[in-house]
Amino acid sequence: MNNLKVTIDGKSIEVPPGTTILQAARMIGENYPPAMCYYTPLKETGGKCRVCLVKVTQGSEANPRPMPKLVASCLTRVEHGMVIENETSPEVLEARKGVVEFLLINHPLDCPVCDQAGECDLQNLSYKHGTESTRYEEGRREFDKIDLGENIQLHMTRCILCYRCVYTADQLTNKRVHGVINRGDVSEISTYIQNAIDNDFSGNIIDVCPVGALTDKKYRFKQRVWFSKPFYAHRECDKCKGEAVAWVKNNDVIRVTARKNKFGEVLDFICNNCRFEHKNMNDWTIGEPYEMDNDSVITTNKYKVLDHSPAVNVDAKFVSE
Amino acid sequence: MSKKILLQHINVPGIHTLETYVAHGGYQSLKKAFSMSPDEVTEEVKKSGLRGRGGAGFPTGMKWSFLDKKSEKPRYLVCNADESEPGTFKDRYLMQHIPHALIEGMITSSYALGARTSYIYVRGEMMNVIQILEKAIQESYKAGYLGNNILGSNYSLDLYVHPGGGAYICGEETALLESLEGKRGNPRNKPPFPAVWGLYGCPTVVNNVETIADVPWIVNNGGEAYAAIGVGKSTGTKLISACGNINKPGVYEIELGVTVEDFIYSDQYCGGIPNGKKLKAVVAGGSSVPILPAELILRTINGEPRLMTYESLSDGGFVSGTMLGSGGFIVYDEDQCIVRNLWNFTRFYHHESCGQCSPCREGTGWMEKVLHRIEYGHGKMSDIDLLVDIAKKIEGKTICPLGEAAAWPVASAIRHFRHEFEEHVRNPESCCKRHLHRSMELVH
Repeated sequence: MNNLKVTIDGKSIEVPPGTTILQAARMIGENYPPAMCYYTPLKETGGKCRVCLVKVTQGSEANPRPMPKLVASCLTRVEHGMVIENETSPEVLEARKGVVEFLLINHPLDCPVCDQAGECDLQNLSYKHGTESTRYEEGRREFDKIDLGENIQLHMTRCILCYRCVYTADQLTNKRVHGVINRGDVSEISTYIQNAIDNDFSGNIIDVCPVGALTDKKYRFKQRVWFSKPFYAHRECDKCKGEAVAWVKNNDVIRVTARKNKFGEVLDFICNNCRFEHKNMNDWTIGEPYEMDNDSVITTNKYKVLDHSPAVNVDAKFVSE
Repeated sequence: MSKKILLQHINVPGIHTLETYVAHGGYQSLKKAFSMSPDEVTEEVKKSGLRGRGGAGFPTGMKWSFLDKKSEKPRYLVCNADESEPGTFKDRYLMQHIPHALIEGMITSSYALGARTSYIYVRGEMMNVIQILEKAIQESYKAGYLGNNILGSNYSLDLYVHPGGGAYICGEETALLESLEGKRGNPRNKPPFPAVWGLYGCPTVVNNVETIADVPWIVNNGGEAYAAIGVGKSTGTKLISACGNINKPGVYEIELGVTVEDFIYSDQYCGGIPNGKKLKAVVAGGSSVPILPAELILRTINGEPRLMTYESLSDGGFVSGTMLGSGGFIVYDEDQCIVRNLWNFTRFYHHESCGQCSPCREGTGWMEKVLHRIEYGHGKMSDIDLLVDIAKKIEGKTICPLGEAAAWPVASAIRHFRHEFEEHVRNPESCCKRHLHRSMELVH
């Protein structure tokens, strides 16, 4: 079949049939819509967070009518001749601002004590699309603590209910023991009968979590992410590929995560053995510094600077930016 | 006396039994339908102009024709009997009193759609209705109207009643299908629509109880006869469940086209407002449609009398109009507090949001909290605009229409009764007095 031509914010690209608007925008490569719930490696994700809403001003060449409502770009497939407004549409930006506000009204905003801070999608999203102050005056929602076992810490108050961890458990592990219970703004991720989430690949729910709701218990409060240095690391593993990122501080591996692409999506899921049990430099073949080129608060290259230069240069780099 | 299609025999003793139902002309449509091809039955429904009675008013024949006929997969007809909108109780009434009307409709409709298995998804709280339907289905199986080779036609159908778990959201058709599949009742993203990807991934039609119960009459008398009733594109009759400050609350079958004034004040229907009070406002189609003040519900902005039709009620858009919706007709007299009523509605939507998508999950709760504050005398003037803004940021941004259902009442109540909200903010003490007054009423 012929490729389909789509125009997003004035930039055109030809994509194969079946491509979604979000994927097409990512192919263009700049100012693509954010995504808090959609996750390419996991099937059936998307459509829930509503931050990727875009405006379709021309449905297709054959049927040029605009779509009446904003559509979720992660699920809407492109048609030939489709014209889409993302960041050029005030309506889209306003809607996105609204969704960010909704995501934050019950979020505890405990970034200063949250392990995810610095690599948090919600943080990045609110820097770009949020407002400086809140209009919410009511009490914030709280949940009872649920113990997920010795490796994973659940902070339900920080959860934005993207369902990614549910799909991860469904598609990666042999048995899902956690899920979403209850309804509305009190729905929560829970194991229901207080089971530990314990299987070879359960640790990946930490990596797919866009916020600090699921964090690594063994890394908890050890270090701010921007003070540790990530390196490509590899080891022989019979359960997974053994390709990971080792986060190093003072010649200690303080944390192991999966490698991600520029959209924050895991390339190869790693096993719990690699993630939680190998925290020695000798366990890993350490390679190049790991580059992150997404829009994170701790973006690429700063680690390289950290690695070779005194701290004062880091400050200079921040200033020059 | 206006024409009755569904409730013609409602007062016949024992009409809930198969015997009495058949004696009054029941199950006649089966023979007629089996003598026609399925497509001919669909064609009659198209000709009748019948529109979905669940609220959206989408043409039923057109919905049926969207069903993916090329697919090799089985097809399903699912009846949406998860009636839970505040103010709407017409389906329950119909199923409770004439269960066979629904079952007959299910058989003829399933035949038209080529479905071999059909489901009636009943709201979990209506346990008595479920029992009545189960019993009626058993009777129907015994009489040979259900099961294999119905009336020697070579057409076979199995019909099941499925009790819901008691969630309003499962009245949304895709959440209903998820629930029917045994999953959490979260609405699906659309497209694909159920006509292509429905129950178990098969082509499925989801119709309201009243819609399906209308089909036998259409088959018996022809689509044109049905289209002759009503006004314009609003054909046939409609069940209206009337409640609130009226002398005769209950379920009425009206010919579409009765004036709203007639419906409220004539003795044939609501019988006017008790104690000589004045009409203040009306919610015309279940709690999610915009509320209208008396002057706008009785007459359109152009001064024409408002009719009980899809078109007339939505005349003027949402600026000065509303919707026929599901037919849950709630009347408010001059003593009723719009703010308190709105808070109550919003509390409902907050409670019933599935929590899947962010605007509805967070926005409904936020609106409820702000409204609670205003109602109990802690509101600020800026809260009113805040409410309008929250509603605007929910509307059209959600996966399913529950977002709109929660946003529309808020937006419309502030649009038409802003002064009342301001009054609450200005006189917080009067709010307390009203509550005191109300609790005294309860005591006495």
